[in-house]
Amino acid sequence: MLHRSHIYGVMGEFGTPEELIHAVEKVREAGYRRLDAYAPFPVEGLSQALGLKRNLVPAITLLGGLAGGLGGFSFQYWAAAITYPMNIGGRPLNSWPAFIPVTFELTILGASLAAVFGMLALNGLPQPHHPVFNVHRFSHASSDRFFVCIESRDPKFDLADTARFLESLHAHHVSEVSDD
Amino acid sequence: MDGMREHEQHDHIDGQHDRNEPAGDAKPHESPMDLATVRAKLQSKTGKQYWRTLEELAGDPQFAELLHREFPRQAPSEWDDSVDRRDFLKLMAASLAFAGLSGCGRTPEQYVVPYVKQPEGMVLGKPQFYATVMPFGADAIGLLVESHEGRPTKIEGNPDHPSSLGATNVFAQASVLNLYDPDRAQTVSKFGEIQTWSLFVDNAQAIAAEMKVARAGFRILTGIVTSPALAAQIQSLLTLFPQAKWHQWEPAVGDGTREGAKLAFGSYLNTVYRPEKADVILSLDSDFLGSGPGHIRYAREFSRRRKLNGPNDTMNRLYVVEPTPSVTGATADHRLPLRASEVELFARALAARLGLGGSAAIPPDAEKWLDAVAKDLQEHKGASLVVAGEPQPAEVHALAHAINATLGNVGTTLYYTEPVEAHPANHLESLRELCTDIDAGRVETLLILGGNPVYNAPHDFDFASKIKFDEKKNRKPVKNTIHVSSHFDETSELCDWHVAESHYLETWGDARAFDGTLGVIQPLIAPLYHTHSAREALAAFGDKPGVSDYEVLRDRLKAAYPSADFEKFWRKSLNDGVVAGSAFPPVNAALKFNVSSLAAAKTTPADDIEFLFRPDPCVYDGRFANNGWLQELPKPVTKLTWDNAALISPKTAEKLQLAHNVAWRGGEHGKIYSNVIDIALSNSKVTAAAWRLPGQADGVVVLPLGYGRKKAGYTGTNKGFNAYAVRTSDALWTAAAPSSAIKKTGDDYPLACTQYHFSMEGRQILATGTLEDYRKNPNFANEHAEAPPKELSLYKGEAEFPYDRDKWAMAIDLNKCNGCNACVVACQSENNIPVVGKDQVMRGREMHWIRIDRYYEKAKSATNDPSSYDESLFNPPTFFQPVPCQQCENAPCEQVCPVGATAHSAEGLNDMTYNRCIGTRYCSNNCPYKVRRFNFLRFQDWETPQLKLLRNPEVTVRSRGVMEKCTYCVQRINNARIESEKLNAPIRDGAIVTACQQACPTEAIIFGNANDQESRVAKLKAQQRNYSLLGELNSRPRTTYLAAVRNPNPELESA
Amino acid sequence: MSAGQPPFDAPEIRRLTPVIGPGHTYGSVTDKISAIVLTRPTSLGWFVGFSIAFSLMGLMTVAIGWLVIKGVGIWGINIPIGWGFAIVNFVWWIGIGHAGTLISAILFLLNQKWRTSINRFAEAMTLFAVACAGIFPLIHTGRPWMAFYMFPYPSTMGLWPQFRSPLIWDVFAVSTYGTVSLMFWFVGLIPDLATLRDRSVRKPLKIIYGMLSMGWRGSARHWHRYQSAYLLLAGLATPLVLSVHSVISFDFSIAIVPGWHTTIFPPYFVAGAIYSGFAMVLTIAIPLRKAYGLEDFITMRHLDNMAKVMLATGLIVAYGYFFEFFLSLYSGNKFDVFLVQQRLHGPYAPFYYALILCNILTPQLLWSFKMRHNVVILFIMSIVVNIGMWLERFVIVVISLTRDFVPSAWGRYSPTFWDWATFIGTIGMFVTLLFLFVRVLPAISIAEMRELVAETSEDDK
Repeated sequence: MLHRSHIYGVMGEFGTPEELIHAVEKVREAGYRRLDAYAPFPVEGLSQALGLKRNLVPAITLLGGLAGGLGGFSFQYWAAAITYPMNIGGRPLNSWPAFIPVTFELTILGASLAAVFGMLALNGLPQPHHPVFNVHRFSHASSDRFFVCIESRDPKFDLADTARFLESLHAHHVSEVSDD
Repeated sequence: MDGMREHEQHDHIDGQHDRNEPAGDAKPHESPMDLATVRAKLQSKTGKQYWRTLEELAGDPQFAELLHREFPRQAPSEWDDSVDRRDFLKLMAASLAFAGLSGCGRTPEQYVVPYVKQPEGMVLGKPQFYATVMPFGADAIGLLVESHEGRPTKIEGNPDHPSSLGATNVFAQASVLNLYDPDRAQTVSKFGEIQTWSLFVDNAQAIAAEMKVARAGFRILTGIVTSPALAAQIQSLLTLFPQAKWHQWEPAVGDGTREGAKLAFGSYLNTVYRPEKADVILSLDSDFLGSGPGHIRYAREFSRRRKLNGPNDTMNRLYVVEPTPSVTGATADHRLPLRASEVELFARALAARLGLGGSAAIPPDAEKWLDAVAKDLQEHKGASLVVAGEPQPAEVHALAHAINATLGNVGTTLYYTEPVEAHPANHLESLRELCTDIDAGRVETLLILGGNPVYNAPHDFDFASKIKFDEKKNRKPVKNTIHVSSHFDETSELCDWHVAESHYLETWGDARAFDGTLGVIQPLIAPLYHTHSAREALAAFGDKPGVSDYEVLRDRLKAAYPSADFEKFWRKSLNDGVVAGSAFPPVNAALKFNVSSLAAAKTTPADDIEFLFRPDPCVYDGRFANNGWLQELPKPVTKLTWDNAALISPKTAEKLQLAHNVAWRGGEHGKIYSNVIDIALSNSKVTAAAWRLPGQADGVVVLPLGYGRKKAGYTGTNKGFNAYAVRTSDALWTAAAPSSAIKKTGDDYPLACTQYHFSMEGRQILATGTLEDYRKNPNFANEHAEAPPKELSLYKGEAEFPYDRDKWAMAIDLNKCNGCNACVVACQSENNIPVVGKDQVMRGREMHWIRIDRYYEKAKSATNDPSSYDESLFNPPTFFQPVPCQQCENAPCEQVCPVGATAHSAEGLNDMTYNRCIGTRYCSNNCPYKVRRFNFLRFQDWETPQLKLLRNPEVTVRSRGVMEKCTYCVQRINNARIESEKLNAPIRDGAIVTACQQACPTEAIIFGNANDQESRVAKLKAQQRNYSLLGELNSRPRTTYLAAVRNPNPELESA
Repeated sequence: MSAGQPPFDAPEIRRLTPVIGPGHTYGSVTDKISAIVLTRPTSLGWFVGFSIAFSLMGLMTVAIGWLVIKGVGIWGINIPIGWGFAIVNFVWWIGIGHAGTLISAILFLLNQKWRTSINRFAEAMTLFAVACAGIFPLIHTGRPWMAFYMFPYPSTMGLWPQFRSPLIWDVFAVSTYGTVSLMFWFVGLIPDLATLRDRSVRKPLKIIYGMLSMGWRGSARHWHRYQSAYLLLAGLATPLVLSVHSVISFDFSIAIVPGWHTTIFPPYFVAGAIYSGFAMVLTIAIPLRKAYGLEDFITMRHLDNMAKVMLATGLIVAYGYFFEFFLSLYSGNKFDVFLVQQRLHGPYAPFYYALILCNILTPQLLWSFKMRHNVVILFIMSIVVNIGMWLERFVIVVISLTRDFVPSAWGRYSPTFWDWATFIGTIGMFVTLLFLFVRVLPAISIAEMRELVAETSEDDK
């Protein structure tokens, strides 16, 4: 069957989170794999319905934290004891207890930066334009409507069939999402 | 250092060879100048040339006249407003700077430091030291003056001079600031209009010629003169004009001393004490450790007898009877507050007790005291000493002489010499005579050399009216009046002519010390302005007006000390600062005086108040009023700055309901509001701030002299109140009046007091004990505050910093310190410490790197200030503690500095890196000793060019927003290090002398290398008396203290 | 009692006072909150309030300008009192800045629903308070233009900051706290910015909000990662928020000054911070809900809970005071004992008693249900606690310095006009920023409100 490149996919609109989850489950049962759901707030159970795995954000955060902490302490040690040693009030050059607070703060800083920017990067944000914005009613996705979009990349995708299939799920509207 | 002084002579020798000009030459311009000519002069000149021309102009009296015409408001005579002064100075700035550097203001007759050819041993950037003496009252203080490229910057004591022995006092230390005082008179002037010196000389010659005909009416008024050269000059005038008279008026020196000697011996004699030889000393209202002729030496000798190396050492014992606390009183083992009039009674009673006849009734509580003292004195015949105070009347001095005679002290603990003063006289009578003669119209010409009689003569003489134009008679009482003085002051204003007097660092001359030793006044710099010495001004009236001080001095010495090789003798005298063997020999004085023949003592009615007039410990008789260092110097006992106040005993103040209020801004460490009182004395009135002073005798009010100047300059004008305004000839030192003479005005006046709180709050701050305690328990000072063991450290086991080369440390012997303040001013001078002004002091922001804390032991009061009266404030034992940076090894300040601006050097100095400091003030908060000082505003004066000349080039001038503190005079340490490395030898003990240590008369401050077990500081620290201030904080200070030990008389203690 | 509230004496209502008013749908919350920013006309009150606040902020800039020209000498500080208003205000503001992140982070981890409608502006408040606080350490230095020495940058001298100094710890703690709070706040804002983007009709607004929302489209995959990031941030912010005031307290407890050098400080400072923080949240929330009719979202339940938190932290602070006393006396350290006497009888004793009144006695009223539910009383009390906490910092910072080890150096402190001008000026700045915030950003998290609607509707089922 033909692959329609100028079509991004087909989108169905739903009124409540429950309808959305139900629809998503059905779509996946029907064998569609390249799909995404859109909601104005994180809907409980939607991730499972979509079969999303654990994400990388926690790992990245851990790395960030380690980098901040280790880097922080070794920098202080280097500055105080190696590159410019000074006798400060008779305290030892490596006054490690005094280096702890900064180390701690840098750990937190590193982890937080990693978490936020890691999340944005994985989400591919910022991304000013996306085909789904072509759908007029999609502006409700940020207030009170819920959407499912089956993408044309999906091998099972067929404009007519897919659209009909979505209507069969009692979507309030079904609209095709153009790619340009 | 001697080396430098050696080289210095050659300069002078060279100097004479290419001397070619007569003295005081400034070529007068024929045509007066106008702006056009100035512009013309300046046109086509650029850069250096431009400045040089401007400089020539500025150095040119005609230009000065022009300035005066163009900017009348900025004439030197009206420098009251800082802004005007600044403007004027900006105009003069460049030229003055040059003038200072090379003395180009006017070509001098001798080159002091000629740069025409590099003088031998002159290394740019390396200071040289020249010996000179500073004449002061009936004494002259021998000095070594540090000179940087020809700029005298720092005064040090001259070890070879008897009155200094290497130490100095506050006045000597601060005198260098007077040299650069921007408010100094800078030219000859007539009626405030700038004149040239030659015009003055012509005028003087005219007057002289006139007088030769009239043969009368020439009077000279001076202060005490100890300069043979000046005296000779005066004598030559007196011979030239036989009817001329020489009057003297020294407001702050009592006639009692002179007249007492006359009374006792029939002729004027000079007394020289040897406190070092005395085991028991009684001071009858004498501050011989803090003021008066020879006091620096006396303090040194006295402190030698307070030295304790161990529990078995002995100490002398000092009894002081005085009406108001002095540093001598604070040092005493026993102090008895008596009213001034009662001091005489006490003296008489003592004489009677010692079998000299006479009798006197003294307060009952004094009786017991008297018994003990009399007994102690008798037990130490020949090793005791009785000293009478300058403010005391002749009788007391005579009695002292008699008592010393009977105790066989003459020749051992004191001796007599011929007078040091060239012309001893009763100053009061001398001035009185002058005034009556003027009233009688017998005075044609009055030449006032120095002094400021309009300000400081007894107010009943009304000296102003003697020289002021008389409106009613429509004539001047005196035809010609000439005033020679450094500042254009209250007297200058009323005189026709004013001759700007040179500073002693600018002139050649001589002066005798308290023991007659002749010192040579050697200029360190050519006069900065068109100034002349008093002798030059005198000579202008004589037959040889042209002769220079230099020639006169040499001729005199040639005549007085004939020697085979005069040049050799001259060099040696210059180099040493003293003429060898010129001290007066002792004369044996036969007592022609019988106590019982004394007239009945003048007593004050019991419930009257006694008003005492005393010179101020900081501005003396007012001559230092314009000296910022001295104005901001906390007075030893009261810790007041910038003001004088009527000092009243807490009890009397209680009666009169006079109180203090601690202000919320600054508080105990700055601003105290005190009640203002009107004092009506001898139909005159003065308004003063009342100050409660513990230790003051009840019923006594002290009015310190020297303040309330109306025309002192920018710094000194209108500070405090003028006690001279109520000082009359019949009560020069003590006036009595019923307490109704004091009236509360209801106003309050803010006083700047740097330490109001006097209690140690039971803390181990200043360890004190008696000799007995010390012998029982030599370790008493360390009992309450041990440093915690090192195992308690968070970093225990960590390697400590070794400090194995040199380990600088300081030991301060509280047993010797008498709180004289010399160290404070020395530090200020050495380290370019700014003066911040009264307002900032009142906010608690004074900048002194070393402060002297004053504590009253055993004194109690609910609010810890004298405002809540308590019996214990009547006569509390007083102690002083100099507090510089303690240079802690575990410095709390360093640990908290976020930028590492303060850190330890390899030798354990706690260094400040000014340009790294960002001014968080955390270090100061965390300094338990609060010795750090912060530049809250831009305190340094960067405009005034003269002050630039003053600065020590080896010390950074700190800017706004940075912290600063005592550095142990690190610049001196580094100089010594450089020397030692050149010699490749370790720095020997004593090679480094910090500024405070150098100035200290009592050798209380010792600095050195603690690693060198042989060093004096190491030995002192080894003593058990040695303790760390707040040692329990484990800051491990490098500066430690030796506990103060008093030597009380057991008989009096038991009470 | 403020209008529009049902009577609260009925017990059943006590239990059921909801965290969101009844009958709200996804649409309605979206409309109501976004309307404040997008459609609702700017009220006259807003302009009046803003201009007052803004002129106060102007006063601050003048005060700082004069400070830079003349030096810190224009303040009342001296030797021995090297730290005055500047540090007092710094600590006070930082303390206030604690509630926001605390509410967002800790209550989030504890899954407290009621946090939802207050965390947004609480976080904003945090940021603004930190901004105000940040001004002081900078300008209190003698040479503010050199303050960058405190940051670790490769200088030509090869010098680095002195990491043993608590002031450097401050630099890192405060800047970290500022950054993390900002990110936390912004991450929370992204979905709402998207909402504003989609709902704004005017082009420029669409563009601006579009840029800010970074093309957020509510994809489930995004939400998936978004939630874990947000959770992690909350997890990180919690120890951070506790550490920040501990570090601030090190400024004092590391020093040796009596009254500063005590181990109780870190917990007691943190409690105090939360205390003042919640007080400030109340001070803002109460007028805000009134002015914008948000009583449905910021319900009495919220005020009640915050009052309870205030009461609890207030008691911890009281315990801190007591223990400070106890330690001083028990230690037998003569300097500490003396300090206690000073606080009770010294020249500054009135301040100490005022502090006890504000921070310990007054809040005890909160035990009473009536008081907790009287909006006016709550508002007044929140102000009282703010004053009390300021006094606490004044007592600690200034009064400890007036009389430390060497009696000869004892002094006193009183603020100058410029001290006050700077302090009041920062309050002006704080309020100015708040006014701008409520005008251009949703003061309540819309996305989370929708979640709340969803959950409550489930509860109803």
